Amino acid sequence: MPETTPQKEAGRPASNLPPLSLHIPEPRYRPGDTPDFGDIDVPAVEATLRPSEATKPDAMRELSYGLVRVLDFDGVAKGQWDPKLTPERLRVMLRYMMLVRAFDDRMFRAQRQGKTSFYMKCTGEEATSVASTMALDRGDMCFPSYRQQGILIARDYPLIQMMNQIYSNRGDHLMGRQLPIMYSAPEHGFFSVSGNLATQYPQAVGWAMASASKGDSRIATVWCGEGSSAEGDFHSALTFATVYNAPVIFNVVNNQWAISSFSGFAGGERTTFAARAVGYGIAGLRIDGNDPLAVYAATQWAADRARTNNGPTLIEHFTYRSEGHSTSDDPSAYRPADEATAWPLGDPIARLRQHLETLGEWDAERHEAQTKELDELVKTTQKQSEKLGILGHGMHQPFETMFDDVFEELPWHLKEQCAQMLAEQEAKFGPNWKPE
Amino acid sequence: MMSADPQTGTKTMNMIEAINSAMDVMLERDPNTVVMGEDVGFFGGVFRATAGLQKKHGKTRVFDTPINECGIIGVAVGMGAYGLRPVPEIQFADYIYPGLDQLVSEAARLRYRSAADFICPMTVRTPFGGGIFGGQTHSQSPESIMTHICGVKTVIPSNPYDAKGLLIAAIEDNDPVVFLEPKRIYNGPFSGYYDRPVEPWSKHDASAVPEGHYRIELGKAATVRSGEALTILAYGTMVHVTKTIVEEMGIDAEIIDLRTLLPLDIEAIETSVKKTGRCLIIHEATRTSGFGAELAALVQERCFYHLEAPVERVTGFDTPYPHSLEWAYFPGPVRIATALTKILKD
Ligand SMILES: Cc1ncc(C[n+]2csc(CCOP(=O)(O)OP(=O)(O)O)c2C)c(N)n1
Repeated sequence: MPETTPQKEAGRPASNLPPLSLHIPEPRYRPGDTPDFGDIDVPAVEATLRPSEATKPDAMRELSYGLVRVLDFDGVAKGQWDPKLTPERLRVMLRYMMLVRAFDDRMFRAQRQGKTSFYMKCTGEEATSVASTMALDRGDMCFPSYRQQGILIARDYPLIQMMNQIYSNRGDHLMGRQLPIMYSAPEHGFFSVSGNLATQYPQAVGWAMASASKGDSRIATVWCGEGSSAEGDFHSALTFATVYNAPVIFNVVNNQWAISSFSGFAGGERTTFAARAVGYGIAGLRIDGNDPLAVYAATQWAADRARTNNGPTLIEHFTYRSEGHSTSDDPSAYRPADEATAWPLGDPIARLRQHLETLGEWDAERHEAQTKELDELVKTTQKQSEKLGILGHGMHQPFETMFDDVFEELPWHLKEQCAQMLAEQEAKFGPNWKPE
Repeated sequence: MMSADPQTGTKTMNMIEAINSAMDVMLERDPNTVVMGEDVGFFGGVFRATAGLQKKHGKTRVFDTPINECGIIGVAVGMGAYGLRPVPEIQFADYIYPGLDQLVSEAARLRYRSAADFICPMTVRTPFGGGIFGGQTHSQSPESIMTHICGVKTVIPSNPYDAKGLLIAAIEDNDPVVFLEPKRIYNGPFSGYYDRPVEPWSKHDASAVPEGHYRIELGKAATVRSGEALTILAYGTMVHVTKTIVEEMGIDAEIIDLRTLLPLDIEAIETSVKKTGRCLIIHEATRTSGFGAELAALVQERCFYHLEAPVERVTGFDTPYPHSLEWAYFPGPVRIATALTKILKD
């Protein structure tokens, strides 16, 4: 066996140079290790100044390397970034975040009970979608990745429709064509979710460019994980956004893990993800993604910036993926079980609750009651949805729908294939069979 | 050379001019049409297909893009979802690959996966094919890759009149269309003999192109020449090469210009092959898994009992397109003549 592939080699002169070495990133802690995040720099809340929305990107570079925070660890909102939301608004935010968590828990269990094939939780990251969405206008278009169920919930999309999609049942507006959680809701400004990571980055830019070229006032916003920020599409999007000064907000949810690969495999050992913006001349904000008020404030800042033609913003939400990547993942195989609890930035729901309680606008009883109420709501909705069927219990859509929407009109070859499929089904189930 | 004919409202146009005119008409008629791509704005494109359009329609309607095909197609998907009709240009078909995921996984599936919540009415224009000494990265014919994607239409014109009518139909279509422009015949039909001068389009009927709006329905083939001896299926440049050889050999062939590969005009193919009993398929793209394989299978499935000889294919070879040996690669007169002799033997 040759030692190398048969490439022609350049003449290698005798040399006393030291041998080169290849660096393979390794997370700091593996199962069995005791995680210690003491060295993560968490600047004081008041330390981060808030530039005007019209500030040129190169005059605010430090914001790409810092950490915008509003809530301190005693639950007090401070500093220039405090969005000064009313208690009423804060309670709405808390409710949405708690609803996301209740929804996640129930749907996760539904998957474990075999009612659907797959589910993805966003536990610990609720703020990164709920608080961002609340800072946007209803007409703004969101291009989500797959962990942004909070957008739909914060825009009051019917829970039952989310569940119908997850079960691929006969109420599923997408007719069972998409993996669970890959929703689509144009009237809620929620773009159809793709299974291919980061593809929606350039699409959001295109939507934003179209809006700008039409003199519209709506902006676009898009999410991806820190892992997927390594995709070419991410860099294509940033290039186009900076070239055309597109009114778009890029969210990178840095939850530290991309399935089993830690953020180092996306380049996170060398710099922050917000700093990707620097090279493109785009505004970059690195923020505490577990601080709902910081998420709200940063999004509001970026939205105002985009809406006033001051250009795109990249927001890195520094957070932690507390649960497995999906229902198909076992995180205990690659990271310490207690890493989430060691995470220095806490839990976004607990932090917002603490803040409201500090303000005297919330208390343990109300929290308890709301938890119960939301669990109940999710449970009843689930029952209604399950009446429309669950995945694997029969086929729920009329067979012909498989061929609809490949094109606007059915071409001959699809008509023929459809006829063939219907004949197969008739042979199997008889002529009078109808989907449940 | 463009000359106006006041009687008929037509102008003499070559293919580039016809394609330019199609975009011009659509930019005029539909405020949602936008034209974009590398060098397409101020300069008017490396093949000049977009010349003058920016000046006439403005910089937000016709503009240059970064050299980033993933971005060009991905951004066009977002524009289409907003409600525009983007017409992105990929400078050479060889460079569609960096943007292919956006085409395959996104543009092509958006309607399906969202149950028509979102659609992507875009037309990706791109010059393709060899014979211009473009080497292996400026000569490829990716049409079979396009037709293998579910949800994309593939169109290939072979003359100025068709090019304009098909491009307008493509831009008006609500599905993503890949519009492959055979660049070897931009300026005139190509005989297949590289050492003969190319006649300009102005000497041909198809160069009389209506100045205004007209459409040629996607999915309809054209019979270039009727005949009884055999059916030849071709598209783009190869339509003209085929015609030359058939005329030189004095064969009574029926030549069908497919014009749209997907959706395909199966009726035209079936009717012709059943009439002639023989079928030769010609394309410039590499042979293995090429579109000819699909055509051969369809003909075999539908016309088997009418066939008097095996279906034959004349194609490019399964190698990258060689620069200096491109005429040896090209499915030219000798390769076609050999196949014709063989198929007509029995
Ligand atoms: C283009 C592409 N490559 C690979 C995958 C498989 N995949 C699904 S999720 C995932 C990890 C993504 O991690 P990250 O972007 O950090 O987001 P997170 O799941 O942590 O929210 C991978 C590799 C995919 N869906 N798409």
